[in-house]
Parts: sequence; structure tokens; C-alpha cells
Amino acid sequence: MTRNSDQPAAVKNTVVSIAGWPVQRVFRLLEYPFSKIQKGVGIQGMPWIFLLPNLLFFGIFVVIPLFINFAFSFTGGTELFLSNRVYTGTEQYRFLLECETFGDPITCREDRFWKGLYNTFVFVFFQVSFLVLFSLITALILNREIRGRGFFRAVFFFPVLLSPVVVALIWKWILLRDGILNAFLVSIGMDKILFFVSPEWAMFWAVFVSIWAHMGFYTLILLAGLQAIQPDLYEAAEMDGTSKERVFWRITLPLLWPNLLVVVVLALIKGVQVFDEVFVLTGGGPGTATQFIVQYIYNTGFTEQVQDFGLASAASIVLGVILFVLTMLQLAVTRARDNG
Amino acid sequence: MADPGADTKNLASVVFARRGRKKMHWTDIFSYVYLAFGIFLMFGPVLWLGMSSFKTRAGLLEFPPTFFPLGQIEVQVEGYKKPLLLFDVQMDDGSTKQLAQIRRIGIVSQMVDPKNPSEKFKIPIGQRTKVREFRMAWENYRDPLERFNFLVFLKNSVVVTVVATLVTLLINSMAAYGLSIYEFRGRNAIMLFVIGTLMIPITVIMVPVYLVITNLGMVNSLWAVILPGAATPTGVFLLRQYMLTIPKELIEAARMDNASEWTIFSKVVLPLAMPAIAVLAIFSVMWRWNEFLWPLIVLNRTEVYTLQVGLNAFQGELDVQWHYILAMTVVTLIPVALVFAFLQKFITTGIASSGMK
Repeated sequence: MTRNSDQPAAVKNTVVSIAGWPVQRVFRLLEYPFSKIQKGVGIQGMPWIFLLPNLLFFGIFVVIPLFINFAFSFTGGTELFLSNRVYTGTEQYRFLLECETFGDPITCREDRFWKGLYNTFVFVFFQVSFLVLFSLITALILNREIRGRGFFRAVFFFPVLLSPVVVALIWKWILLRDGILNAFLVSIGMDKILFFVSPEWAMFWAVFVSIWAHMGFYTLILLAGLQAIQPDLYEAAEMDGTSKERVFWRITLPLLWPNLLVVVVLALIKGVQVFDEVFVLTGGGPGTATQFIVQYIYNTGFTEQVQDFGLASAASIVLGVILFVLTMLQLAVTRARDNG
Repeated sequence: MADPGADTKNLASVVFARRGRKKMHWTDIFSYVYLAFGIFLMFGPVLWLGMSSFKTRAGLLEFPPTFFPLGQIEVQVEGYKKPLLLFDVQMDDGSTKQLAQIRRIGIVSQMVDPKNPSEKFKIPIGQRTKVREFRMAWENYRDPLERFNFLVFLKNSVVVTVVATLVTLLINSMAAYGLSIYEFRGRNAIMLFVIGTLMIPITVIMVPVYLVITNLGMVNSLWAVILPGAATPTGVFLLRQYMLTIPKELIEAARMDNASEWTIFSKVVLPLAMPAIAVLAIFSVMWRWNEFLWPLIVLNRTEVYTLQVGLNAFQGELDVQWHYILAMTVVTLIPVALVFAFLQKFITTGIASSGMK
């Protein structure tokens, strides 16, 4: 009996020790240099030693690039190295942002950027609204006393872990001209629809697929929020014979509200940066119908014949400003949730 | 036989059973309809991918498509070297026969009865239907790995995922240790700095990071993918939150025993922080395996492509070879599916408690 119950633990320990062996070797090798360093800097210097590698990475790959980004956006030309670039002042921003009449992308000097901005706005508007709506419905249902709750949670959650390329290819295969969806349409007597030729349909599926892929994540956060609501509130309501609809509007929704706000802002931040799935699914097309800000930056900086790093940097700083505002919003709503 | 009506009623009472005995509310029915539709919508596409990935190239071109992968049966007929395709044929006298096709000339096909090879027929092609059986086209999986570069892509993806995860775990756990065990001047400033880096996603600094990578001479090497994302603020946070719960007395006691700070870190704190490290490891593996935009920028040669970039390049070609793409999509999906199947609990609690993805 005891032997049986020890066996899995023994197996696990063996696996851990085999996998852990090289790691332990590395740690033992590092012991000597680190004890030398400790002799040098003393205990009060050690936190900095432990922080050093991480700070170096942040410095090299985040902080320095952030400054270079500004430098790039104020220079022109096609050279990658800063020393070869010409200072052009705010020309990149003027090129990017000048419009004859705002609100009409075609009259802007860089209409592709404005089209991307406009597309992103449309995408985010629909994606975030429906994403939050369906996540909320799913979370409410999963919070009920249903059979197989864990299974259903997994059903809605697993697409979150799929890579954007996989998600896009799964759906592209369904939506092709001779795909299964068109086969279904034909079988009920309708005509085939060329989903990737019509701008409206392409945008619809971009929104749909991205909701399909990310809904599970937000459902999970909302579910945690729902489960944090005190059960005695519901019990009291039930004793009073309050209707389910009233319970939802008067108890569930107000108490879930802070979590809902956090979810909305998180979804906004992700939505503004949409690229991967849609890029593989539609390639930004037809034309520029599903081209978003990030793809504009990617195209301008990396795929065009003439790689315009300055313009791409200026555009990414515009994106950075949008994200900064949204992140401030996120901090505010998160703090409100955790304090109230 | 029991009355079928009673069966349905029983089934319904099982499916819709609720704790307590109150009458059904409209939301109960809605919930189950929603969940049933949810299974269809979430699993359906993946199931369809799996089924399609085993179809031959010709099978994929069929419209309307069949659900199962089917292959036409071939028979060996006496007097013919190659195996012949088998058809059901509507004969002129109204009967049906199974015949094998010798060759097709225009709209007429020359056929032979496999049981009686001397008898030959000329049949209009409209009168025959293929005889098919369930058959999986494993060559969809074998060919891309052997003839195309997918084995290389697979290897690159594995290298990136493993090395990046090890680097991430090492430097982030060190930083978390520094920020949780010690009280020192500037600690809050560092914390703010780490929070600050959260606000700057790769989409905002693509161009300058590319410059840095070029300067370091790492374009078209896997290090270009591994290094930029190795330090993650979410990782530092997750580990620090956990390490803060480790009792200070343990560390004090180890110091009394003259243990060096590195020994305390590696022998005392890390083993205790294993649950948090496991969560970060799982997340890191998934982030790296699925990463797309950044590898797309820094990897421009096929021999350094990761699976994601390779798949994308393959589906962007003019003559799209869907039978290979679908199979390779399945291959790309499998590790994540395994991680999910075995470690679902870690992942869902990790997300619910830290809100990271």
C-alpha cells in the first residue's frame, strides 16, 4: 500500500533530479565567483549584483531602444545606424500627422497610416465590446452549478494557448473559397462568399477570430471576480425571493464592475496592438482593409523596398502614446479595484 | 424495448438536473444551449484541422469536403503492373458493378472487372463513382519534415524555447531575490523602473531593438529571438510576490551558518519558490513557442526560421500546399496541447492570480 503511493513521488523525484542535475551544476559553478564578488562588495552590495543581469537586459533591450526610438523619429534617410542619419526635426511627425481635413484619411499626407489608425479603431471598438460581452456571459454560465465545470472552462480557455499563426491557419482553412463554411452555405442553398475579397467580411472575421482566440483569458479573470463575491449575498437574495434578473443587476453586476473595467482596459491595450492573427489570416487585405497600426510600422520599417526607419519610429511613438494613456487608465482602474 | 419517450425524459432530467428542486428558469436552458454551442464552436475548428491534415492533396480539393479523410481504393489486377483505381459503375442494364479503371480517354473510361480480367468495358465517366475507404495520409507529416525545412524549423523552435526559458528563469529569479530579500536604498525606484518597462511592449520599440540586434551582430541568429524578451517584468513580479512569503528567519539562520548569499539564493530560496518558478517556466515556454512578430523581423533566412515563421512563409507562397500546412499546423499545436492537458491547473490559477498572459 505504502509502496504504491510512494511510487509516483519517487518517479517525480527521479525526473526532477535528472532535469535538475545540469541546473545544479551551473549553480555550483557560479558559487565560487559569487562568493568572491561578495567578499568585494559586502552583503549590502549583493542586491545590486543579483539585479544586475536583469537590469542589463532591460537597459539594452528596453531603455536604450526607447531613446533611440526618439532619435530615429527626428531623422530621415534609409540608413540604420544613427551616425549616418540626417537630422530632419519634426518632419517625420508632420508627414505622418498632417491632414487637409481630419476624419477623412484620404486627404492626409500619409493616408496609409491614417487608414491603419482608422482600421485599428474600428477593430478595437467591435472586438473589445463583443469580447467583454461574451466573456461575461461565459463567466456567468461557468459560475453556475453546472456539471463538468472544469471541462467547460477548458473548452473556452484552450485557444488562448494556441499560437496566433495556428489560430489564423485553422480559420483560414475554414473560410477559404472551397472551405467547409462555404460548403455549408451551398448546402443550405446560398452562394459561396469570398470572405477575403470583401473588406467588410475580412474585418468581420478578423474581429471574430481574435475574439475566439482570446475570450478564454478574459473569461478566466471575470470568473475569478465572480467567485470572489460573497455567497451569503445570494443566499439573502434567495430568501427574499428576489428574481434572478434583479439579483444580476443589483448584486452581481455592481460587485463585478471593477473587474469588468480592468478587463475592458486590458482588452483595449491588447486590441490596439493587434497584428499576428490578422496578419496571417488576411495579410492586411483586401487592399488595406484590415491593416492596423502595428502592421503599418512593420511594413514601413521592415518590408518595403525602401526601409523607412524614421517614419516607422515616429509611428511607433504615436502608438506608444496611445498605449501610455491606456496603461495609466489600467493602473487607475486596477488600483480602484484592489482598494475598494 | 422501453418507451423512447421515457428515455428522453430521463436523459433530460439527467442533463438538466440541478441541486435543489426548483423549477427551470430560462437561464438554465440558455446555459446548456450556450455550452453545447460553445463546444461546437471552440472544438469544431480544431477537429476539422485534425481531420483535414490527414487528407491527400486531391482529397483536400474536393468540394463539398468529406468529414473523414478518405482515399480511393486501388486494386491489383492480373495482367497489369500498376494497381488500378476502383469504381462503382452503373451498368447499362441497371445493375452496379465494381470495376477497375485501366485508363481514361476524354469522357470515356476503359475499365476491367478485377474478378474477371479478360472482360473489358467502355464506360462514360458520369456513370462511375469512386470506391473509397478511411485512410490517413501520413505523408503530409513525413514529407515536410524530410523534404522541406520543417525539421530545422522544429529544432530552432525547440532551441529558442528551451534556452530562452532557462535564461528567463535564471535572471528573473535573481532579480526577484534581490528585490524581495534585501532592504536597500533605491529598491522602490527599481520596482518602479520594472513596472515602467511593462508599459513598453515590443510593438513600440521594434525599430530600435532591431538596430541594437544589428549592432550586436545577431541578425539571423537565434540569440536575436532569445535575448530581447528574456527579462520580463511579469516574471520578476510573480517570483518576488512569492519570495516575499518566505520567512526571514530562514535566511538569517543560513547567514549565521556562514552561507554565502549565492548559496542562500540557490539552496534555500529557490527550492522554496519552486511553485512560482514552475508557473513562470510554463508561461515562458508558451510565450516563446508561440512568438511571431519579433522572429518575423529578425529572422530572414530559412535555416533560422522558427516553426511559426516557417509556417507563415509556407502559407504565403503562391501555390499554397495546404496538405502540408495543415499537418505542420498540427505539429506546431501539439506541444501546447500537451502542456495544457497536463498543466491546466497551473496555468489557470497563474492567470487568475496575476492576470498575465
